[in-house]
Amino acid sequence: MIKLLEARGVGKRFGGLTALSDVSLTINKGEVYGLIGPNGAGKTTFFNVLTGAYIPDDGEFVFNGTELPTGKPHLVVQQGIARTFQNIRLFGQLTALENVMAGHHIRTKAGLWGILMQSKHAIEEERLTTERAFELLKYVGIERFAHTICKSLSYGDQRRLEIARALASEPQLLALDEPAAGMNATETGQLKVLIEQIRHDGITVLLIEHDVKLVMGLCDRVAVLDFGKKIAEDVPAVVQKNEAVISAYLGGPKHAH
Amino acid sequence: METLLQQIVNGLVVGSVYALVALGYTMVYGILGLINFAHGEVVMIGALTALQTLLILMGVAPDMAPLLKLAIAVLVAMPVCMILGFLMERLAYRRLRGAPRLAPLITAIGMSFLLQTLAMIIWGRNYHTFPQLISTAPMQPIPGVFVTPVQVAIVIVSALVMAGLILLVTKTRLGRAMRATAENHRVAALMGVDTNAIIALTFVIGAGLAAVAGVMFASNYGIAHYAMGFMPGLKAFTAAVLGGIGNLGGAMLGGIVLGLVEAVGAGYIETMTFGFLNSSYQDIFAFVILGIVLIFRPTGLLGERVSDRA
Amino acid sequence: MNELIEAVPYLGKRNPRLTKWLIIILALVAPLIAAYFGRSWMRILDFALLYMMLALGLNLVVGFAGLLDLGYIAFYAVGAYTWAFLASPHFGVHMPFWIVLPLGAAFAALAGIILGFPVLRLRGDYLAIVTLGFGEIVRIFMNNLNHPVNITNGPQGINALDSLNLFGWNLSQSLTIGDFKIHYLYLYYYFFLLCVIGSIVFIKRLQISRVGRAWAAMRDDELAAKAIGINVRNMKLLAFSLGATFGGVAGGLFGSFQGFVSPESFSLMESIAVLTMVVFGGMGNIAGAIVGALALTALPEILRNIALPVQEALFGTVILDPEVLRMLLLSLAMILMMLLRPAGLVPAHARYSRPELLKGGA
Repeated sequence: MIKLLEARGVGKRFGGLTALSDVSLTINKGEVYGLIGPNGAGKTTFFNVLTGAYIPDDGEFVFNGTELPTGKPHLVVQQGIARTFQNIRLFGQLTALENVMAGHHIRTKAGLWGILMQSKHAIEEERLTTERAFELLKYVGIERFAHTICKSLSYGDQRRLEIARALASEPQLLALDEPAAGMNATETGQLKVLIEQIRHDGITVLLIEHDVKLVMGLCDRVAVLDFGKKIAEDVPAVVQKNEAVISAYLGGPKHAH
Repeated sequence: METLLQQIVNGLVVGSVYALVALGYTMVYGILGLINFAHGEVVMIGALTALQTLLILMGVAPDMAPLLKLAIAVLVAMPVCMILGFLMERLAYRRLRGAPRLAPLITAIGMSFLLQTLAMIIWGRNYHTFPQLISTAPMQPIPGVFVTPVQVAIVIVSALVMAGLILLVTKTRLGRAMRATAENHRVAALMGVDTNAIIALTFVIGAGLAAVAGVMFASNYGIAHYAMGFMPGLKAFTAAVLGGIGNLGGAMLGGIVLGLVEAVGAGYIETMTFGFLNSSYQDIFAFVILGIVLIFRPTGLLGERVSDRA
Repeated sequence: MNELIEAVPYLGKRNPRLTKWLIIILALVAPLIAAYFGRSWMRILDFALLYMMLALGLNLVVGFAGLLDLGYIAFYAVGAYTWAFLASPHFGVHMPFWIVLPLGAAFAALAGIILGFPVLRLRGDYLAIVTLGFGEIVRIFMNNLNHPVNITNGPQGINALDSLNLFGWNLSQSLTIGDFKIHYLYLYYYFFLLCVIGSIVFIKRLQISRVGRAWAAMRDDELAAKAIGINVRNMKLLAFSLGATFGGVAGGLFGSFQGFVSPESFSLMESIAVLTMVVFGGMGNIAGAIVGALALTALPEILRNIALPVQEALFGTVILDPEVLRMLLLSLAMILMMLLRPAGLVPAHARYSRPELLKGGA
């Protein structure tokens, strides 16, 4: 197994509130890794710290053997980590195709001069970006909406579009924040197929999810966060039987309010 | 030393007027997250309405006591401005709640220029002399430092008005509804607060304060004209940001501090820059302070809550 | 161009090709039509072209990148004063346009970056007010830098600026070919027209490139833009400096055309006027900026010519002078557009890509 991402003692506090405390975990190349936990357990905070949206107070992330920069989202994307958001965040005035093309930004380099003078290189790069974006729309199955303003897409299609946009940055690790939230059973089923396809194509997936069935059916390994701490990490079948996890979810005596 | 004391006195006077105007900005911002650009123009409308009232009074009842005249002028200017504030909210800003974020701001800028233009049509472009009904004969409490009765009156009145506002906001049911609405519209509405009415009321109260401030400005400088509100408006906004926007105490503190910095700065800028810049650069202080505060301490001196609606 | 064609009511959709030719012909013969109504209309047309450049530049900042800049006219001022310093008797320097114009653009771009750096982290409304402050600071300096060393000549401004001299061909002298005399206002018109067309081409190319998409992404959702790897800081600086560049070039042209600069031309009201043009036409699309600039330069003049005689006939005196009319029109335009038609007069959907690059596309 090759380590892709390693979190080492990551901690984050907001004022007096500890959102993450000493979280360490390892994600291997090629797996689907689930991160679950009750509401407010710190899952999204973990995402935000990982992707550079927040600066961690303690600890660090090692990705592909090098330490990730903190607080610089664009450099994290450059390294090969892409994310989606819990509440879909698309670029409202762009078409589906343009959203995905924007996602490819970091992998293109045409300069101002090339763009203004329409250099051969710039045009060729633009053509590749366009084609690649269209391929990705096909990949997630919404190419028929390529030229539709993304706001008018259905909820499920917007989720897919956001995944396509994230894939456009050519990540090694795709971090999905509750991709099944708000989806019906059919849509969730299709999403599962898509995530399996993504894994099959060699991209490691980090998945935050509430839908326990989806997580258990999809993930190779699962970590459970509760009150900002990791309380379990194992294959789904084992985690499911873990007492600490059960009490965290069911609100055992330890966490009675 | 006398210069410094004198500038501090001047700064306090101007600062307390800024504070009064800043309250209007900060209340609206606290509740809607909107910079009501046109608030400075309400100050101007207040001053010119008061002037118009005074001119009529002088014609009708020349023998009336000057203080009574001034009081009547303020009592006319306040409701006029309050109605104006109400109309602005009702006709323009309310329709734009939930619109893309630049839309209300652009509307507010348009509103500001519209009011200036209307004032220009009604009162012309000229500077009008504002009758100085409170004595401007300087007193010398300390040798070399001059204070006029009108300046004393400005500081006292604005302190009283601000104290009244604080009482209103902290001690009454209405005040609690206002604070609840500022905290969270939807929750406040669920708790039975008529948030639309509260927001309208916020505009109305702010406009009333601006009317008082307008009369003070005009009395202090003895002048009123259509563009007199814009700069003080910007500076009062700066004061609100300086104190911590959304925070009433902060607006007052910010107003006083800005007034002091400006006055003292204007007094010494020539010495500080070795004669290169002189007091005609006075207006720069507010902008520079605004920039520095926003960049290094966007929560201001007292502010805690800056909603980051990314 | 396509946006402009679509913007033409009725005909634009029915017959785009005809519309296209109509627009081109109209642009070419416009000064002839204006001349029919008098010289002053030709000047107005020239100014409309300058405002188009300004609106295009500001549209790039406000419409594409979503940064509300209320001090934009400062960059126009930088361009104009650069021309005044380097091509007038004020310092006795008379450099050729191909040095002064790029220098003015470069200084303006620099000013854009200087403004951009500190305000990068500010949110929309704070940004607006700080840029307004920047514009005012620039104006205060122009007004007062005649003491102790006379740099700007203060409120009086600088006179007798050199006119545009294109390699020995002076645009401010009427051209005589045989018996045929071409008035200098025509020459400026066509030169400015070329500049505007150049601006449109450049800005369009930016819009449909990775840069334009990055701006739009940042405008629509800054957090998500960061999350897909866009360096938001650099993109904002780029928008500020490029927008400023257009302002700087327009400023230089303004100086040469007007022959005179003073702080009065660069008041806050002018920033607001250019912003209104952008808003009026429709934020974020090029055709909108063009239409907005044309409409809001011409309308006040038309009103002036209609409203003044009407007022005199009705009231025997002028109640609303032209300046008041212009302010009234601009402020009402701003408020009513936001309330009634926030997408602008030309609500064309701006494209940020070129689907024609797709092989066998969809």
